[in-house]
Amino acid sequence: MAARTVLQHADITRALTRIAHEILESNRGAADLVILGIPTRGVALARRIAQNISSIEAVPFGVGSIDVTLYRDDLASQPTRVPAPTDIPAEGIDGKTVVLVDDVLFSGRTVRAALDALSDHGRPRAVRLAALVDRGHRELPIRADFIGKNLPTSKSERIMVRLEETDGIDEVVIES
Amino acid sequence: MRHLVSTRELTRDEAIGILDVAEDMAGVAHREMKKLPTLRGKTVVNLFFEDSTRTRMSFEAAAKRLSADVINFSAKGSSVSKGESLKDTAQTLAAMGADGVVIRHSASGAPQTLARSGWIDAGVVSAGDGTHEHPTQALLDAFTMRRRVHGAAARGKGLDGLTVTIVGDILHSRVARSNLWLLTTLGASVRFVAPASLVPIGVESWPVEIGYDLDAAIEDGPDVVMMLRVQAERMHAAFFPNAREYAREWGLDDERAARLPAGTIVMHPGPMNRGLEISAAAADSPRSTVLEQVTNGVAVRMAVLYLVLSGEREVRS
Repeated sequence: MAARTVLQHADITRALTRIAHEILESNRGAADLVILGIPTRGVALARRIAQNISSIEAVPFGVGSIDVTLYRDDLASQPTRVPAPTDIPAEGIDGKTVVLVDDVLFSGRTVRAALDALSDHGRPRAVRLAALVDRGHRELPIRADFIGKNLPTSKSERIMVRLEETDGIDEVVIES
Repeated sequence: MRHLVSTRELTRDEAIGILDVAEDMAGVAHREMKKLPTLRGKTVVNLFFEDSTRTRMSFEAAAKRLSADVINFSAKGSSVSKGESLKDTAQTLAAMGADGVVIRHSASGAPQTLARSGWIDAGVVSAGDGTHEHPTQALLDAFTMRRRVHGAAARGKGLDGLTVTIVGDILHSRVARSNLWLLTTLGASVRFVAPASLVPIGVESWPVEIGYDLDAAIEDGPDVVMMLRVQAERMHAAFFPNAREYAREWGLDDERAARLPAGTIVMHPGPMNRGLEISAAAADSPRSTVLEQVTNGVAVRMAVLYLVLSGEREVRS
């Protein structure tokens, strides 16, 4: 098995800084913004993006996580998954612009589940999607608004995103 | 998890895993949209051979919040009263396409029989069998204790060091048995307090301390006092002289409740006999968790149904 590192700590930091700026640009500031990470690694990425945003703008905004396990469409065909905590900011998501954050955008099925979960928590004004890596092979009509890096891959390859918060190191590796 | 018929066979990690999933399920009750699509298209049969209102309603609410279809079967007025065997009933349910069976039966071991017989492919969850076990009640009790002790930071934690005193009719109590196994697995130490006539034979080999004096047990200041219901329907012999004497010796009256340490919680699995095993004031005091137990019961049963019904099922060849 060959492993190739495609993003290192500095690359990930730069990508997340750029995404923070892009979110602020498209939202025209941080007002009415809610950043929600999809567990596990999306939550850590959401926190970093939120930190970047608050170092640029002084306006307070919401940060949290939204678990999609109970909304997945493959529950009957996979081993049982254990849900992760959902943490929606107290002010809710009604009328807000929600930015979903995930580590890898692949089939789009996780994001589909996240959209369903989100609609059970309220009615956002708009929902955007940020992903650290977009590796293609979509199975649903879903695309990301903010992308750290496009990585064209073959379906047999595996993308491993490791983050300091969860794995002790920042890197994105392709295994083939 | 293939079935849940006993807490005795749960490992510490499995038990904490169920309680953690229940934490996620409990969050659903606070949303405007209280339903999850998780078990859409699955059918859960509530197979109740013995009377129960709250356990059946709790399982029904749990299954419906997960979008499963629920079929209620109660032995009264059914083919069971015409003499149908458990095997035939089970095979009828299998033919109807049940994915999960929640069973309550007056015979100890009926859920095991159903789970291991091969009569049915569905996941089996025990809702209480005879004087054997009532696993979801023990899980919701442990969940309630864990929340009272650890609050919002309860995830991943056990009940290490907690002292739990269970008082009353141990002999007939499946709740006491299930709690003993589960609480011990989670690191708590359990003491039974009961009239000598209501202590089961063979209890010496269980990991439990036995006491016969409720006042002495209260002096020791336990973290949790769990009062059991006096099960009049199972009392086929004179286990104690009369109700007034039981209340005087083994009931948690106002005076005993006042002597409990400030942090001690009072639990009761319901339905309560007010004035017999627990006084009205003790049942309604802030230290009582009776209603929390009911609320938590739905979350815990959602977690159990999710863990038993989701995931790939190994197909019997």
